[in-house]
Amino acid sequence: MDSTITLFLLQDGLINGSIYALLAVAFVLLFAVTRIIFVAQGDFVAYGGLTFAALQQGSVPGSIWLLAGLGIIAGTLEFLRERRALTRPKVLGILAGDFVFPLTLTGVAILAAPQDMPYLFDMALALTLVVPMGPYIYRICFRPMASASVLVLLIASVGVHWLMIGLGLLFFGAEGYRAAPMFGANFALGPVPVSAQSLLVMGATLALLVGFYLFFGRTLAGKALMATAVNARGASLVGISPSFSGRTAFLMAAFVGAISGILIAPLTTLYYDSGFLIGLKGFVAAIVAGFASFPLAVAGAIAIGIAEAVSAFFASAFKEVIVFSLILPILIWRSIRAPHLEED
Amino acid sequence: MKRILALASVALATVASPALADITVCISLSATGPAASLGIPEQNAVPFLPTMAGDTKINYIIYDDATDPTAATRNARKCTEDDRADVIIGSSTAPTSASVASVAFEALTPVIALAPVSVKDDVNVWTFRAVQTNRMMASALVEHMVASNVKTLGFIGFADAFGDDWIAALEELLKDTGIKMDPVERFARSDTSVTGQALKIGLANPDAVMVVASGTPSALPPTALRERGYTGQIYMTHGSVSPTYIRVAGAAAEGSILPVGPVAVAEQLPDSHPSKAIAVDFATKYNAVHGEGSVSAFSGMMFDAGQLVAHASVEALKTAQPGTPEFRKALRDALENVRELVSVNGVYNTSPDDHYGHDERSRVLIQVKDGKFEYLPLN
Repeated sequence: MDSTITLFLLQDGLINGSIYALLAVAFVLLFAVTRIIFVAQGDFVAYGGLTFAALQQGSVPGSIWLLAGLGIIAGTLEFLRERRALTRPKVLGILAGDFVFPLTLTGVAILAAPQDMPYLFDMALALTLVVPMGPYIYRICFRPMASASVLVLLIASVGVHWLMIGLGLLFFGAEGYRAAPMFGANFALGPVPVSAQSLLVMGATLALLVGFYLFFGRTLAGKALMATAVNARGASLVGISPSFSGRTAFLMAAFVGAISGILIAPLTTLYYDSGFLIGLKGFVAAIVAGFASFPLAVAGAIAIGIAEAVSAFFASAFKEVIVFSLILPILIWRSIRAPHLEED
Repeated sequence: MKRILALASVALATVASPALADITVCISLSATGPAASLGIPEQNAVPFLPTMAGDTKINYIIYDDATDPTAATRNARKCTEDDRADVIIGSSTAPTSASVASVAFEALTPVIALAPVSVKDDVNVWTFRAVQTNRMMASALVEHMVASNVKTLGFIGFADAFGDDWIAALEELLKDTGIKMDPVERFARSDTSVTGQALKIGLANPDAVMVVASGTPSALPPTALRERGYTGQIYMTHGSVSPTYIRVAGAAAEGSILPVGPVAVAEQLPDSHPSKAIAVDFATKYNAVHGEGSVSAFSGMMFDAGQLVAHASVEALKTAQPGTPEFRKALRDALENVRELVSVNGVYNTSPDDHYGHDERSRVLIQVKDGKFEYLPLN
C-alpha cells in the first residue's frame, strides 16, 4: 500500500464520512429535541437524491404526491384539532401552509419537470419538494404522541421508515438512478485525481456544520432548540413550544437528509431503499457520540467512512462486518464510562 | 402500478370462479422488495403466456412474495391448499424459489423456478427451472476469454450466493485454460462506493475483469474501474443485462461483454438460431405493450415457463384430469421428458438428471456499443 493508494482511500473515506457526519448530526439533533430515534432519516437521502435525478431527467418525481398527500392530511388534522378555536387568520394560515403551499409546489414540479431547467433550479426544487415532508411527518405522526416513551417513538419511526420505503418503490421504481454532476471537472491533487463533485460534497458538509454551529450558538430559534434538548420541561415552562421545536428539528433533519442525497446522487447510484444503510452508518456515528455530542458524532462519522474505505481495499468481503463490528467495543467502552440511566 | 392492479383483479376474478376442468397455474414472484427489478418484468410477461393447452383452459393466479422467503412459503401454501394449483411457477430469486419448492414438494406439485436454485435430491424430483445455470452463462464468457487470449482475470462480485456460485463456476471452467483469476474482490448490492476494490484490481492490472452483479448495482464496478484508468476488457453476467445498466454506467459500460438468453437480442439473432422466430414474435408483442427495448431475459424466463407448462399439460391431459394428484404427477413426468422444445431463451431437453434442460443454444454473447446491446458472434 503506497501513498497514492492511501490518498485514494482517504479521499473515498472522507466523502462517505462527510455524508455520514451530516446524518449523524441530524440523528443527534432529533433525538435530543424530540427523543425520537428517527430511523427514516436515511430515507430522506434517497428521496432527495432520486427526486433530484428524476427532475434532471425531465420526468415528474413521484414524491410530489407524497408531499401533497402529507400536506392535506396534516391540514385536515389541524382543522380537527383546532375545530373549537378556529379564527379567520388561523384558517387562512392552515389553508396556506398545508393546502396551497404543497399543491403549488406539486404544480410547479409538474410544469417544470419536462422543461430543461438549470442545475441549481432542479436542486432547489428537489429540496423544496422533500424538506417540507419532515415537519408534516412530525405533525401527523409524532406530535399526537409526543409524550410517549422512547421505545414507542422508535417503533413509530420504524413504521414511518417502512412507509417511506414502500412508497419509494412506487414512486421511483426498483432501479437505481445516478444524477449528472454539478461540475464535471476532474483535477489532480498530487498523484490523486479529485472530482469537483467530491470537493463540493466536503465543502457543503463543512458549510452546513458551521451553519449549525452558528444557528445553535447565535440565533433565538437555535437557542430555543438547544434549550429543549437540554431540558424539555424547563424549556416549555419558559415559553418554548415543544411543537415548534419538534417541527424545526424535523425541518432541519429533512433538509440535511435531502441535501445529502442531492450531493451524493452524482457520485453513486441511489435506489429507493439505499437510504437505510447510509442512515444506519450515520446512526452508528450517533451512537459513538452517545446521541448527545455533535463534534463526537462528526468525528465518529469520518472514522466510519475511512474504516469503510480501508476495509473495502483489504477485505472487501467483510467490509460491512468490520464497519458494524466497530460499534461493539465503543458500546462496551461507553457502558463502562457512563452507566446507562433509565429515562423517564 | 395500474398494471399490478389490473393483474390482481384478473387474479381475483380467476379465484372467484374456478372451473373444475381448467388447469390452474399459480405464480409467486418478487414483484416488490430487493428483487423487484426481476419480478416486475416477469410479472409483465404473464399476459403473454399460453391460455390454452389443447382444448383445456389455463388459468393464472399471481402472488407477490416481496423477495421474502417467508412470504414465498405462505404464497406456496395458498397455491397448494386454497387454489389447488396443478403447477407453481416461481419465484424470482434462489432463496424464495427454495421456499416455494419445499412447500410444493410436500403437496407433490411440480414447480418451475425462475432462478437457478439448488434443492435436496427428493425435492429436486419436483423442481424444474426456466433459467440458465450460471455455469452455462460463464462458459460462453470463458470461450470468449480463451479466444481473445486473456491470461489474467480480475474478479469483483456480489458478496452473496450469486457471487459464490460464479466463483465456483469460473474456477472450474478456467482450470484447463491457463487463465489465472486474481484478485478476487467482493461488494454488496447496497454499497455506495467500490473505490477500494477498484484500486486493488487496478494495481494488479489483469487482462480482463469479471464483474458479477445484477441490476443497477452492476454499474458501480465498471464506473469505478474506468475512473481509476483501467483499460482492459470488462465482462459482466446476464444479471446486468438491462437498459438501466447502460443508463447508469454510461460511457463506462461501452465495450463490456455479457452473456444473455437469446430473447434479449431477438431481432439481432442470426436466422440460423432456433429461437429466432418465436423470440422475435414475443419481443414484438411485449415491446408493443411495455415500450421499445423493454423485453429482457427475465420476461423471457416467464414466457419459457409458460411454454413448458403448456407443452407438458398437453401430455398430462392424455392420462389425467386437472386438479387431481394424478394430473400433477403426469405433469411432473412430462416436464422431465421434454424433447427439443423451442422457446425464446433456447431449446429445452430435460431428463431425470437435468431439470434445467438448457444447452449452448440458450445463451449468446452481447457487447455494449454506442449505448446499446449488440449481438456478438462467438468465433
